[in-house]
Parts: sequence; structure tokens; C-alpha cells
Amino acid sequence: MRVLAAMSGGVDSAVAAARAAEAGHDVTGVHLALSANPRSYRTGARGCCTLEDARDARRAADVIGIPFYVWDMAERFAADVVDDFVAEYARGNTPNPCLRCNEKIKFAAVLDKAIALGFDAVCTGHHARLEPAWPGGPIRLVRSVDPAKDQSYVLGVLTGEQLSRAMFPLGDSTKEQVRAEAARRGLAVAEKPDSHDICFIADGDTRGFLRARLGPAPGPIVDHDGQVLGVHEGSYAFTVGQRRGLRIDNPAADGRPRYVLDIEPVSGTVKVGPAEALDVDDITAVRPVWSGRTPPDGAIDAIVQLRAHGETFPATCWLEAGTLRIRLHSRARGVARGQAAVLYDGEIVLGSGTIAAARRVAAPVRA
Amino acid sequence: MVNPEARAVYLDHAATTPMLPEAVAAMAEELARTGNPSSLHNAGRRARRVVEESRELIAQAFGARPSEVVFTSGGTEADNLAVKGFYWARQADGRRPRVLVTAIEHHAVLDCAAWLGEHQGANVEWLPVDSSGLLDPDVLRSAIERDSESVALVSVMWANNEVGSVQPIADLAAVASEHEIPFHSDAVQAAGQLPVSLASSEATALTITGHKIGGPVGAGALLLARGDDPVPVLHGGGQERDVRSGTLDTAAIRGLAVAVEHATARKAEHASRLARLRDDLISRVHAAVPDAILNGPAPGERRLPGNAHFSFPGCEGDALLMLMDARGVACSTGSACTAGVAQPSHVLLAMGADRARARGSLRFSLGWTSTQSDVDALGEVIGEVVERARRAARQAGDGQVTLRAGIPVAVPGPTL
Repeated sequence: MRVLAAMSGGVDSAVAAARAAEAGHDVTGVHLALSANPRSYRTGARGCCTLEDARDARRAADVIGIPFYVWDMAERFAADVVDDFVAEYARGNTPNPCLRCNEKIKFAAVLDKAIALGFDAVCTGHHARLEPAWPGGPIRLVRSVDPAKDQSYVLGVLTGEQLSRAMFPLGDSTKEQVRAEAARRGLAVAEKPDSHDICFIADGDTRGFLRARLGPAPGPIVDHDGQVLGVHEGSYAFTVGQRRGLRIDNPAADGRPRYVLDIEPVSGTVKVGPAEALDVDDITAVRPVWSGRTPPDGAIDAIVQLRAHGETFPATCWLEAGTLRIRLHSRARGVARGQAAVLYDGEIVLGSGTIAAARRVAAPVRA
Repeated sequence: MVNPEARAVYLDHAATTPMLPEAVAAMAEELARTGNPSSLHNAGRRARRVVEESRELIAQAFGARPSEVVFTSGGTEADNLAVKGFYWARQADGRRPRVLVTAIEHHAVLDCAAWLGEHQGANVEWLPVDSSGLLDPDVLRSAIERDSESVALVSVMWANNEVGSVQPIADLAAVASEHEIPFHSDAVQAAGQLPVSLASSEATALTITGHKIGGPVGAGALLLARGDDPVPVLHGGGQERDVRSGTLDTAAIRGLAVAVEHATARKAEHASRLARLRDDLISRVHAAVPDAILNGPAPGERRLPGNAHFSFPGCEGDALLMLMDARGVACSTGSACTAGVAQPSHVLLAMGADRARARGSLRFSLGWTSTQSDVDALGEVIGEVVERARRAARQAGDGQVTLRAGIPVAVPGPTL
């Protein structure tokens, strides 16, 4: 197969490209330039858009012995990922930009361009497996063997068509094995630190990034009775479940810490309360996708993951007028709108939806 | 996507051209010897003789006196020395902030001028070119005569590296000379294909480099008319009449001289051979892609013989380059890179092209190893490559996953 390997300049995508080439595929490396004005020097381990990262990717491609190009995806990335990220926060949601990048850039804009140019598949360094349901059967997205590095959650938004054109050569390896293999292959990125945080926010200051784009938008911080406890400078600075940075002077009556329970973006109201008020068991998710499977025609039991590297919950799920309804068998704490709810059958991804509402259907159990 | 069976078709001689075997042999011989040309002993004298014979040969080839050849590490250094050095020198007896350069210069001149503007108080004026990339001497004249006393220098490249436009250098230099303003020309692309002469052009300084004419990378020269010297960029041992310090690279200089000698002897015949191939290349491209736009002047005396540069409407240059590379054809988008990201060419933008046209372009450049079969090979693939690149650009335009039915979907995961 003719394979386009997306190479970030990190160790994972380098080893993924090397494995694809070694498996006999005709591999071409491509670094996606996602920023119109790439910074000259890497700041810490963050980001994947610096000139150094492009150089690291090029060097890895040279060592593997494959052609290498840089594709300018800055405009598409700004529109589909960065602008969307800001708009979602403005709506009081908590988006996951990596997931959005997979959905709109890597397995959409890049994949489309690759296919038009004559490639058959896009290969990335994601830690996830693609396995046939049975020999010769349809492809299933499966968790990585390395639970700490598993990235099936951020791939859970991909459709069957997208997955059928994807290649994830690292799913059967742990991160440790990938690093050892990179060293064995003479790839200079073997010891390069993992990237964390959000690649387009170089200094890691998400709140400052949003403030610069959305401006000050003061609003009240209220408790569950509607009593105003303080003011904030912009509701976009908050995420459901957040405790720090509330800066409320008067302590809660019971002296216990308070958490963000809800964000109402139109009035800019941030509602806070005790931890147990964050517990929900009824979730509505929109834009469901089914990872190449047939949508369920009744209620199914599934394991649900509600944020990247988050814990999982057994649940009953069904489709209702095009939205995905999820009833958790136990309560989850701090479920933020805008995150994905990814459904699993064991380790196999069934599908996902974007969380639009989360509530509690029964009165809280008193501790 | 590289087919190892495919014959390599090298159509990027403007980037660098293979070394002549004679230059390789001379250089290899010299590398095995020792001696610093500045030393007084026998080994030094022997090296100095090689350097000075090379200097005389190069001087003769480019209408200069031996003392007017200042060896440098190549074109970029020679351009830096001319642009910065003349700017600084011209501030010594009065403030002359104006730097006049065309908007289509190579970055080695462009960025020097911009740096002088940002850090040294220069007022850089970008001289406009017409739609084929040519500077009208009257445009230069009116720019100078707005305030001729305040002009530090003029720099106009002899032949453009992207679109191959050949400037009327003698006419332009004459305008600067009337006002006693230093006139520099980057003749890197022209030196191997056109009659380039310091004396008959009346330029103050010309840049040449080895690796565009069959010599080594890392050896070049500023041909510098005697008069007021530029202020040095490199200070040190005082070599090269105190204008450019640094131990002379005897082997590279000899390689450069051998390349110059061969290029000069064959120049007219070489140029007409390249022009014939180039004309055929243009007609082959137009036959396969009727709406391809030839950028730069029409073939003739105002176009570099080995240059053909096209815009392919509806294509992205990076996709074209990748597809050509995969078919064994080496060419260039001819534009500058930042992290390898193709920016729209400043040359095409200055010629009035819109950004889409500037981005969707490819340069094919011929050189001494080029043959008819290279042109034939290009003619065979260009139509299909442009068609595919157009499809890719349309795909990239619509933002939806539109995998079409009928494309066989393989099962990728378990095959690894």
C-alpha cells in the first residue's frame, strides 16, 4: 500500500512510520505545519509546531529512508481546531482539540488530500489498535495494550470510512517498547519528551489564551441557592468540576471546598457547589458516530469513558431521536459538556458522541 | 512512493548543478596537498600560486582584473559583503540611508537589505518589476533622481533564479554610474549561461558562485571594481585586500577556477543547447497542460536559457513537487521555505501574480548534464501529475470526508 505517515517530530510517529516502511508499504512522511508562524525554539516539551519538530521529523524520515514533505495545514487547523476551541469555551463547553484535530485535520483534510494524491492510507503514531472483527471482517478500533498511553478515546470520533483508511502501527506496543525501538533504529527522537498540553498554546496558559481572544466577560459566581459569592472575569476560564481559581472570599457554610457545577454562557453565570453535586448518571450526547459499526437499534450495555485518560463507567446506552442517551450504572463526578463520551465493549470502541447535557436522575445518596 | 526503477531526472540545476569531472579531479588533487597561501615558506608559495592563477583565470573570464576578484564562501557571503559593506562604506562621508533593490532579489540580497532597514537605519526601496520580472531602467532612474545624494547603493540581480528574467544590467548600471552610486548585481544564475563582464557592464560589484556552474559548493567571489571598497563583514587576517578575511580555501578556489574555465569556453554553445531543450520543454508542458502559464519573459535574450517556470492553475506547488519526486523528476517550487512550508513566491507576487497562482508553480531548470530524454520524461508525466494535484486541491478545498465509492479499501491494521 502507498502510505502517508503523519510525522509530528515525536518518537511515536517516527516509529510508526518506520514500522509501516518495514512492513513493506511504500511510505512517504509528511509533517503537518499547523501554525502559520512557527516558533523557532521549542518551549519545554510542548507543542508540535516548532521548526525543531519539523527538523526532527525530517531527520527521522531520512534515517528511515523515506521521502519527506511538509504540508501547510495552518489555515484549516486555525479554522477547524483553534477557532472551534475558542467558540466552544465561549459556549460554556470544554472541548478536546486533539479529538477535533483527528476528526477534521488528520483523518479528513490530510486523508482526503492523501487519497487524491494516490495514497491508500494515513499512518499515525497513535496508541490504539485496528483489528478485524473476524478474519477478513470489518475493522474495529481497539485500545492500546499500554493502558497509560491508550489514545482510542481521541480516535473515537472517527467514522468507519476514516478508520478503514487509517493505520496505527503502535497499538501492540507500550511506550517503553516504542522508545527502545526508536533507539535501536537510530532515531534521534528516542529520548524526546512526550508532548503534553495543547499544541497551539505554547506556554500552557489556556486561560490567558482564551482571555486574549474572548476579552473580559465578567459575571457572577453563585451557589445552588442563587446567592452571589463573587465575580469572575470570564466564564470561559472555568470547567465543570474545577475547584481551583474560584477566588471566593466567604467560605461555604459547611466549610467544605466548592466546585464548578455548571456554566451558563449567556449570562456568564458560574454555578458552584459541593463535590457531590457534581455527580451525574444521565448523559445526553450529540453527533453520534459508530466507528464503522451499525448503530444500535435498542438499548445496549457499554463501558463509557467521559474524558481523555478518565475512568470508565458501565452504562446502558440507546439512540433517541438521533441523540445518544447514556445512563450510567454508577455516578460520574464532573462531566463537562463538549467532551466526548466514548463507548466501549471491553477494549473495543463502539462509537461516541459529544456530551451536550449531564444530570442526575435520582436524589444524591447521603454519605 | 519512490519507484526505485525510475531513472532520476534532474531538472533543478538552478538549485545546484553537478560538478564537472575536471573540477572534481583538480580539487581532489589540491585537497591532498598542504600549504596556507598566506604562509611565506615553500608550501605556502605553492598554494599561493594556485590561488593567484585561479584568480587570474576567473578575472579574465568575467572582464575583471585579478585584484578585482575577492574570494568568498559563495554567493550568500558575496551578496552580504556587497549590500552591507557598501551601505556601511557609504555612510562614512555623509548620511545616505536609501538602499534600492528590486522586489525579486534572492533572499541573500533581499534579507540583507531588510536587515539594514530594521537594524541600521536604512530606508529600503523595493524597485518594482513588470509582469515578466524585468526592471525598467527609467524606473531606477526616477527612483535615484528623487534624491540621488541619499542613495547608498543599488542592487539588481543579473538573472532571476525563479523566473529567469535577465535584466538590462549595462543600462541599469549606467544609470547608477551617472550618479556615482555603487551598483551590485547578483550574477550567480547568469554566470554559467550568459556573457557576464564586470568591465563591460560598468557594475561596481558582481556576485558569482561555484556550484551553479560545475564547481564546488562553498567557493564563490565578489568581483569588485577598484575604487571605494565595502566595509568588511568578516574581519581577521586581512586576506583579500582586507575586504574579506579568512584562510583561502586553495582546493575549492582551484575547483571554482576550473569550472569557470570550462563554463567560459563552452558558454555560447552551452546556452544555445539549453535554450533548445528549454523551448522543447515549454512546448511539451503546454501540450500536456494547455492552461499552464509560463512565468517570466518569453524565450529570447531576456530569459535565462536553462529556465522554465510555470504556474499550474488549480494546483498546490507542494503537491506538484511531491508527485514529480515520486516519479523520479527533481524540480523545485522555486520559493523560500519556513520549516519547509512553501510560501507564495515573493518573485511572482512582485510580478503581479495572485497568491493562488504564486503557490501553484514549479520551476524546471536545465544544466550541463541535461538531455533530451530528461525533457521527454517530464513530458510523459506532467499531464497526469497536474491532473492529480488538481484533484487533491479540490479535495482539500471542501473540508468534508468524501471518500468515494469504488476505491478499494484494504484492511490496513493486521498487515503490520
